[in-house]
Amino acid sequence: MKATLQRLTERAEAEGLLDVAYANLDSPFGPLMLAATARGLVRVNLPNQDPEQALEELAAKVSPRVLEAPARLEEARRELDRYFAGKLTEFELPIDWALTHGFRGKVQRAINRIPYGQTRTYTEMARRAGNERAVRAAGTACGTNPLPIVVPCHRVLRSGGGLGGYGGGLPMKEALLELEGVR
Amino acid sequence: MPPFQTLLDEHAADVMGVLRGAVGRTDAEDCFQETFLAALRAYPRLGNAENLRGWLLTIAHRKAIDHHRANGRKPTPMADPPEVPFEDPEPFDGEIWTAVGGLPPKQRAAVTLRYGSDLPHTEIAAALDCSPEAARRSLHEGLKRLRKELA
Repeated sequence: MKATLQRLTERAEAEGLLDVAYANLDSPFGPLMLAATARGLVRVNLPNQDPEQALEELAAKVSPRVLEAPARLEEARRELDRYFAGKLTEFELPIDWALTHGFRGKVQRAINRIPYGQTRTYTEMARRAGNERAVRAAGTACGTNPLPIVVPCHRVLRSGGGLGGYGGGLPMKEALLELEGVR
Repeated sequence: MPPFQTLLDEHAADVMGVLRGAVGRTDAEDCFQETFLAALRAYPRLGNAENLRGWLLTIAHRKAIDHHRANGRKPTPMADPPEVPFEDPEPFDGEIWTAVGGLPPKQRAAVTLRYGSDLPHTEIAAALDCSPEAARRSLHEGLKRLRKELA
């Protein structure tokens, strides 16, 4: 049955019917689930987040044609592996921003431009997204980042230097910053 | 709508079972691919997630009929009849499903949906697009014929 299902995903991909492909990936923090459209990586699900729920959200917001098809995630898998090994400082894979909109989307795109090993504050992110006073909204934008790690919301801290929050849990945020040599 | 992968996880084995009964083990693979590609194509427009299993089995049934039409409805030819001594028993199931494969399409579908997929009459009716009474009749006729052939 496994070969049969693999043939099916290959044919679905060839016929343009594979709108969202996903794959599971082991990471130093636990299992990640990655999802990509034909345009690029659309979702990174962290170990403490429910992958079922993430897939349902993709089905509702992007397309219900969601299939487990690791082939499309190979590039993302390679880059993430190298990132975790400290050998990659800038992700090059294409991103699909389909799950982000409005002000949050602006903040998340601004986060994507924070260089490796550097940090910014929530206030700075709010300013870069065009509304300096919307600090709380900038925090929410970090918290709802559909592409954590790749879009490095772990590089956003409180103005006083406090860690702030993280969808994957604060220990993971600290570990990522440590990996990048920040703390 | 649930992610399409859950349909595969939950129903792929059933669909394969029905298709093996309907077209034989060799051709079931192709029909399986056709079934799920057609389902995938139509899925975003389906708009109703209530009976996905019945929906998939309906498509599988149609693909099996297409397959038989394409083959001019001749029974599945066996390239290499197994050269086994007569006392070597064929699996009991195999013999029955071969006979099922020889039934007229409606009867064959009714029998495979009932005993291959364990569907109740109402769901068989939905899959065959007929009344429960007609589904019951097809099943009854199919079983009668099978009893005669296997006796």
